Amino acid sequence: MSNVTLLHVNGSARACDADAARPLLSVLRDDLALTGTKFGCGEGQCGACTVLVDGVPVRSCLTPCGSIGPQKITTIEGLARDGHLHALQEAFLANGAMQCAYCTSGMIMSGVALLAKNPHPSDEEIVRFMDGNICRCGVYQRILAAIKHAAAATNGGAK
Amino acid sequence: MKTTSAIAPWNRRRFLQTFGGGLAVLWFLDDAHAQAESGRRGGRGGGGQRRPPELAAWLQIAADGTVTIFTGKAECGQNIRTSLTQVVAEELPAPLAAIKLVMGDTALTPWDAGTFGSRTTPDMAPQLRKVAATAREALVDLAAAAWQVDRVSLLAADGKIVHAASHRSVGFGELTKGEKLLVNVSDSAPTKPATAWKIAGTSLLKINGRDFVTGAHAYASDIARPGMWHGRVLRPAAFEATLVALDASAAAAMPGVKVVHEGNFIAVVALTEHLAAQAIAALRAEWKTTPQISERELFAHLRATARGAPPVTVESAATLRQTYTVAYIAHTPLEPRAAVAEWQGDALTVWTGSQRPFGVRTELAAALHVSEEKIRVIVPDTGSGYGGKHTGEAAVEAARLARAVGRPVKLVWTREEEFTWAYVRPAGVIDLASTATADGLVTAWEHHNYNSGSAGLRAPYEFPGQRTEYHPARSPLKQGSYRALAATANHFARETHLDEQARALRLDPLEFRLKNLRESRARAVLAAAAKRFGWNQTPRAPDRGCGLAYGLDKGGHLATFAEVAIDRATGKVSVVRVVQAFECGAVLNPAHLKNQNEGAIVQGLGAALFEAVRFENGRILNPHFAGYRVPRFSDTPVIDVLLLNRPDLPSAGAGEAPIIGIAPAVGNAIFDATGVRLRSLPLVPNGLKV
Repeated sequence: MSNVTLLHVNGSARACDADAARPLLSVLRDDLALTGTKFGCGEGQCGACTVLVDGVPVRSCLTPCGSIGPQKITTIEGLARDGHLHALQEAFLANGAMQCAYCTSGMIMSGVALLAKNPHPSDEEIVRFMDGNICRCGVYQRILAAIKHAAAATNGGAK
Repeated sequence: MKTTSAIAPWNRRRFLQTFGGGLAVLWFLDDAHAQAESGRRGGRGGGGQRRPPELAAWLQIAADGTVTIFTGKAECGQNIRTSLTQVVAEELPAPLAAIKLVMGDTALTPWDAGTFGSRTTPDMAPQLRKVAATAREALVDLAAAAWQVDRVSLLAADGKIVHAASHRSVGFGELTKGEKLLVNVSDSAPTKPATAWKIAGTSLLKINGRDFVTGAHAYASDIARPGMWHGRVLRPAAFEATLVALDASAAAAMPGVKVVHEGNFIAVVALTEHLAAQAIAALRAEWKTTPQISERELFAHLRATARGAPPVTVESAATLRQTYTVAYIAHTPLEPRAAVAEWQGDALTVWTGSQRPFGVRTELAAALHVSEEKIRVIVPDTGSGYGGKHTGEAAVEAARLARAVGRPVKLVWTREEEFTWAYVRPAGVIDLASTATADGLVTAWEHHNYNSGSAGLRAPYEFPGQRTEYHPARSPLKQGSYRALAATANHFARETHLDEQARALRLDPLEFRLKNLRESRARAVLAAAAKRFGWNQTPRAPDRGCGLAYGLDKGGHLATFAEVAIDRATGKVSVVRVVQAFECGAVLNPAHLKNQNEGAIVQGLGAALFEAVRFENGRILNPHFAGYRVPRFSDTPVIDVLLLNRPDLPSAGAGEAPIIGIAPAVGNAIFDATGVRLRSLPLVPNGLKV
């Protein structure tokens, strides 16, 4: 397999030269200096590495960068627009929905994907959708509140 | 050094002159001290294991008014960067935005033993309060001298010294002109009582929260250095295994890979993480292993190897004796151990996630045979610890590799390494025996803890002549600190046992506890939680049960009430509702304190219900999240936390205590629902058979 030389990330075409088998997570972090996406387990079990690929949340630790092609990647660094935070980023702040915050990027990316698909999720729907994301500090109740807060604030995250 | 004045213990005679529009900020305690001071490198960083007395080691004010505070504490999610900033803002007083905390950097911050034991709030906060108060009084003195007015006519407010009579004010930075305030931290500079707090005591949001929701914050694992490569260590096949043979030829032949082999330490350094993983997989190593204790033998082994283990001695017809056990559990911080090491000549800089920056520096010095003065350890705000990051394994490994290959090296442990090669919370066996009168007064109490620890051993009840003992034993797994440590195990045993006594005596478990508790702070949290929970007020639904526990840890009083739901068909136990009342003196930041309570309840639920490190013959059997279940969204009950603020009492630390009540409360609730008494943590790793 030839090396990956181009990735579409956060609205920009980014040049790289990465072995196609390398995880997308490592290419984002080490080659493109987008370290907001975190390594938590490397096994697809914790969700800390969640990014959006054409709007769909994926575990970047288990996604070979060669599988992305022309699809558009969104990372935590790409959520704010012109210095304005995404409604869910604001809601995480307002609800104090973090402690060590190492899970926060992955939580927000999963939450953004949920709100795009389901603008007014019920508690049960949030729990089901977010259950693959681990917060070891146990801030789940606040994250749930933040997602509901963002849904209400933006009429479904459509900011 | 003491003066009769409550304000200024330093000697103002040496206060130097004013000139131009500003002041030269140079005054001295005495000549000898002045000379010592001028010879120090900033009064920070070096030195032994003591708190430096010099104010400038803790606080500096730049010409633009920025107040920089230096503390060796590490931010791991407790939000102490925020609460300590509030303390300083309150006491100076200065705007929050003008205050910057430098934390956990051995080159810049005063020595600190580490961030554990819930000591930041009861110990570092008062220290910084004194620091800020000393600075304020010094600034008042400077302004008084500059304006030739009596210092009592001056007021410090919002980063300025104000002379109301003449409508003059001057910013802190204008007074210091960026020079250090050369005074010692004073014990007698007046500080504000909690009852007068305006900034401390409020629910200020995480002060650098924006950096975290945007991904801008660089954890240790996010640090990159020019020319940096990635390391990976080859782990032995089992604990205590020794290397018999190594064939590294395939790995060594890979372009962009270097193999490092120093005795039993075998590792690779490679251009990318991926390449390092491939190179590790290409190593062929043969290990000699030795037989070791496995999990099924654990509790007998702990008893057999315990020191000073007597038979339980409480004796009476009414004696209740039971044995309780707790399993080993893993901290599993979401950011695994990580470090970046860089050498410049014989000087070493390491960025790592740790609760003990200075402890890691000592470890590095010993492992690498370098003096501590040549080593700088920097701990960026860290992806949690929970007592699991007291050690510097990754830092030492990264430093060895960086030295071996002559370039900066990043080493991030895999999840499997974190589960296997870190350390675990001690497992334990607890024997309890007690006697009580028919109307519910405990008359004898004996508590023996084997291996798990002495924290929370003594019952915080009015039990006459209670006998409690901790018996250290030989642990087959490497064990260490954990949030609240043995207080969880000892409270689980005690509060379960009390529930058993109450049931045996046909007394309400809450009433039974209250009969044996005089301490008003204890009674207050129980009363508050019982009321909010509706204890004995709501009719029990089928297959629902309620339980409670009281606890005392690190000076914080805790009442935890839980309701569980049992699905008899599947054996699933769900904790549906938790009410917790907590009183830890004056509350510094209610929102962050509640966050700690909520988080501790969730984390504690994992250990209560299903977390256990499985092991056999020197190997961990479940070193992945797929095999080691931690609480997720779907495990989270509705949590209601009541904080009983006591501004009349000193603040106790609160990161740990809130975890100790959930396991017994849930176990007692399961009994309430089913009549099944569970005496081992985790309670229901495979569901409940009823």
